[in-house]
Amino acid sequence: MSYAIEMRQIRKEFPGIVANDNITLQVEDGEIHALFGENGAGKSTLMNVLFGLYQPDRGEIYVHGEKAVIHDPNDATRLGIGMVHQHFMLIDKFTVAENIVLGREPKKNGVLDMKEAVKVVRELSEKYGLDVDPEKKVEEITVGMQQRVEILKTLYRGSDILIFDEPTAVLTPIEIQELIEIMKRLVHEGKSIILITHKLKEIFECCDRATVIRRGKNIDTVKISDTNPTELASMMVGRKVHVQVNDAPYNPQGKVLEIEHLNVADARKVEVIKDLNLTVHGGEILGIAGVDGNGQTELIEAIAGLRKTKSGTIKLNNQDVTNQRTRKMIEAGLGYIPEDRQKHGLVLDFSIAENMVLQTYYQKPYAQMGILQNKVIAKKAKKLIQEFDVRTPSEKTHARALSGGNQQKVIVAREVDRSPQLLIAAQPTRGLDVGAIEFIHGKLIEEKKKGKAVLLVSFELDEILHLSDRIAVIYEGYIIDIVSPKETNENELGLLMAGRKKGGSEA
Amino acid sequence: MGTEPLFEKGEEIMSFFEILTIIIPSTLLTAAPLIFTSLGGMFSERSGIVNIGLEGLMAVGAFAAAVSTLGLEHSGLGDASPWIAILIAGAVGGLFSLIHAVVSISFRADQTVSGVALNFLAAGLTIFLVKLIFDGKGQTPYITHNIDKVDIPGLAKIPFLGPLFFQQVAYTSYIAILIAILCWFIVYKTPFGLRLRSVGEHPAAADTLGISVIKMRYIGVLLSGVLGGIGGAVYLVTITSNYNVTTIAGQGFLALAALVFGKWHPIGAMGASLFFGFAQALSITSQQIPYLDRLPSVFMLIAPYVLTLIVLTGFVGRAEAPKADGVPYIKGQR
Amino acid sequence: MSNLLKKVNWMTLLIPVISVILGLLCGAVIMLVIGYNPVLAYQSIVESIFLQPYYGGETIRAMIPLVLAGLAVAFSFRTGLFNIGVEGQLMVGWLASVACAISLGHLPKILLLPLSIVAGGAAGALWGFIPGFLKARFKVHEVISTIMMNYIALYTTAYLIKNFLYTEGERTPTIPSAASLASPFLANLTQGSRLHWGIIVAIIAVFAMWFLLWKTTKGYELRSVGFSPDASNYAGMSVARNIMLSLTISGIFAGLAGAMEGLGTYQYMTISSAFTGIGFNGIAVALLGLNTPIGVLLAGALFSGLQNGGLTMQANAGVPVELVNIIIALIIFFVGSSYAIKWALSRFSRKGKK
Repeated sequence: MSYAIEMRQIRKEFPGIVANDNITLQVEDGEIHALFGENGAGKSTLMNVLFGLYQPDRGEIYVHGEKAVIHDPNDATRLGIGMVHQHFMLIDKFTVAENIVLGREPKKNGVLDMKEAVKVVRELSEKYGLDVDPEKKVEEITVGMQQRVEILKTLYRGSDILIFDEPTAVLTPIEIQELIEIMKRLVHEGKSIILITHKLKEIFECCDRATVIRRGKNIDTVKISDTNPTELASMMVGRKVHVQVNDAPYNPQGKVLEIEHLNVADARKVEVIKDLNLTVHGGEILGIAGVDGNGQTELIEAIAGLRKTKSGTIKLNNQDVTNQRTRKMIEAGLGYIPEDRQKHGLVLDFSIAENMVLQTYYQKPYAQMGILQNKVIAKKAKKLIQEFDVRTPSEKTHARALSGGNQQKVIVAREVDRSPQLLIAAQPTRGLDVGAIEFIHGKLIEEKKKGKAVLLVSFELDEILHLSDRIAVIYEGYIIDIVSPKETNENELGLLMAGRKKGGSEA
Repeated sequence: MGTEPLFEKGEEIMSFFEILTIIIPSTLLTAAPLIFTSLGGMFSERSGIVNIGLEGLMAVGAFAAAVSTLGLEHSGLGDASPWIAILIAGAVGGLFSLIHAVVSISFRADQTVSGVALNFLAAGLTIFLVKLIFDGKGQTPYITHNIDKVDIPGLAKIPFLGPLFFQQVAYTSYIAILIAILCWFIVYKTPFGLRLRSVGEHPAAADTLGISVIKMRYIGVLLSGVLGGIGGAVYLVTITSNYNVTTIAGQGFLALAALVFGKWHPIGAMGASLFFGFAQALSITSQQIPYLDRLPSVFMLIAPYVLTLIVLTGFVGRAEAPKADGVPYIKGQR
Repeated sequence: MSNLLKKVNWMTLLIPVISVILGLLCGAVIMLVIGYNPVLAYQSIVESIFLQPYYGGETIRAMIPLVLAGLAVAFSFRTGLFNIGVEGQLMVGWLASVACAISLGHLPKILLLPLSIVAGGAAGALWGFIPGFLKARFKVHEVISTIMMNYIALYTTAYLIKNFLYTEGERTPTIPSAASLASPFLANLTQGSRLHWGIIVAIIAVFAMWFLLWKTTKGYELRSVGFSPDASNYAGMSVARNIMLSLTISGIFAGLAGAMEGLGTYQYMTISSAFTGIGFNGIAVALLGLNTPIGVLLAGALFSGLQNGGLTMQANAGVPVELVNIIIALIIFFVGSSYAIKWALSRFSRKGKK
């Protein structure tokens, strides 16, 4: 029997890293096959090889039993391979129909035939139950609908093998359920699907088999019906997952952060934080659970003075700091580990030493009368590098040259060293390896023990459950409930994140 | 404002009408090179390549037009000479723009830097060649067969409209307007146009759909060279008649302003070019116009630039450049 | 733009050198093809600059505004901005310094000269501040706005001279000697060149840029915003204010370049219908100098040497002086194509190892 897709012994190297090391992937006709692994395990690289965006250094690809050479996405498309990208490949200013037919436009006498395009898109969307409005511009439609447009793009090109790259990352729980239904329907219609994911729940809900990869290497391919989540998880991580647990006693102290009736609008003037109330005490880790896009980013930015509030108050140490500038907030005792460490946390082309004083460069002893004291800065940086175990040749090395984990350590070192009253940690461990995750979790717990307030925002329920003293669930811009990690479970949190309060009432 | 006296008596209506018969043809004449060149810039920037080098492309076009008109005249082609010269200039402009394409697309140089260098090269190279061809003189001789202002047969006799729009105009102005409409059709109604715009908005998306980003961008820059060359040529054969170092002094940057003022839209660019042409015409003729003669002509001269700045501030509707304009495309980097 | 700001390593240092060599080689090839003698041409350039005091003096004289213009461009690059408006800032600086010198002509030299220089810098600052403000407040791209400001400057200065400071010969009157940077001593030393004391201003400016950017907290902020506006914003810096400050300071350098022409080289300002070209040359100087103060000084010396020696080249070897502009344009193309040069170099060195 031949496979729909067979990738044999694929090797792909990038300067300094082997992203794929002899990976073999066999996808049967009509199955949903999970490609499972941690961030950075090499899943996306492998799929980009299959889709023709990268050329493998070694290895062979067979499509329906025939050897294939895939130079570019055109070849992949010709072979019936379609990809639904994690970061949507959509042109905001184009209509849905224009996005779908781009590159294979229906023509009448050499002129674009948009009527035909709209008609074809309508037919396709009805056939597969993918509800879209072909004449709307992409910038006007929801994220869920944008994803359906991505799927339609592949179907329009007649693909029968669909790659979904982390498709649920941006979806709400309800949209995730819809997507799973869509994938099942597609398989029913004779398509085969490769689902790239690092979420166990999805695999057990819809996949037939899973191939696990770790650090660029094949671990195993298993039938889902023959395995269980714990087994699969330890395959992914490579050892028994040792979780850092917040076991320090919970002794909440005075209120450090108080938010009352907060309203915040986003760039398009849509209200994304609605009448939000929240208090964080000294000596506690407050976890904010929620699906991406429910106002977490805007909440943090409002606290940090990066985004103007519409109404409501924010108090830090009993001082009203609503709409203060960021520098004032930092001086008032705010520490912040931002979600996007490379974009927001570091100046990548600055040295580590320069990055260590990113907020304090103008203060004594780092500056005297407006003149930088480079020797003092270097000394400080050396000390922090040692204390926080940053692996680097020297403090003069540019932040760009460090690995993700070491970059995050630089940020954590800088923020913790300033000894802030309130430490905000947004997705502090995303994309890091297990060692770095443990280190950073340990540091957050240490801060709590020192009596500081820690506000942890994460999309990973495990992280929230293990670290928090209290869990606030955010949904559509307000706190739907606050629960204790000891008295809740993933199921209940999942329901809350979907907007359902205890007792089944719809919020 | 006090414009009433103008309309009180019959003879003053005549004088106002006369003013228009001076200004409108003059507007059309000065606008034509700007229309061609700004349309060229439109193709380049729509594909995602910023083109500061329009000035240089016009210079090369004007130079090529001068030299080839002189040559064609010499071989006895007469009135056809400037027309053929315009085509030659388009080809030369296209060739010259390939430098910008190679450096900024294939070598991933900063597009503004490459554009600046293109202007430098054009200024140096054209005068260098003029000196070589014309025995060390810094300027070309005057061409004898210009494209003259004529009355368009038939249309010129339409009462009222004829004298305004169809008398004492150059055919190039009408060709420019027709080309603008053609460009609009190409950009918005053909598969090519859709692909060109997709590459300027989101090259990675276009790439995954099998559209060659590199190829589309080369075409975009090439078209800017052809149209910029034609723009420079039209400027030469209708307005200046010889080429020297000051022939193209700012026309290319003015066309760039027109492109921005026209919000990167072909018809918008044409409208902006006509408006800038109008401002130039007015700055020349304002001394003959009642009330305007009291306004220093400097206001008319700087008006296009000041207005472009105002448009960019977003007071008059936001002008948005193509999203990926100026960003080199590197495969696999998102 | 980010590729202009990458870390300086040995490969990056090689790029300008290779670019200059390639540019000169291309120039030689052009001469060979047409039938000139490239050896004679380059020889006459070098000899005139180093052996004839007049041309040596003129080269240093031309360096003054060129280096200042280069600093202006380099300074804005360091903050992640592209100031194409040096031409315009230079013209308003030129006019302001001359106007100040003429209208306050009764003041003693010790007041008038510094005041006139400051006037030039201040006018340039204003002309740089406007695009900075438009960018900070309305997100208007500085490349477009500075180009527009150039033409506004060109027409406005011409208008102002014509209506308020006009004298015979389409120019302003000559400035009083109390405001002049000209020096009979330097002129005698160089057999009558127009070399003036502005060279000291240029050298101070080189030092000032280095000190400001790398030794002060303000400079730290400007560089931080240049590398990463987002991270700077998160760290509590005001990106908008730094953008305005950067283009304002850049404008000061450009305005000073104009003042040097007005108070030093020419002692007046003419009504011109075209730009001086110094501002655009400044872009080339900044790029070749890797946006470092010392690099700008060296690149400025190279370009002004080529331009002044080019005159001798035209006389001795018969090569039109415009060849120099072609060479400079090619050098910018090569520096800009650093990605391609680096790629070629790494290929070359890899082959060498095998």
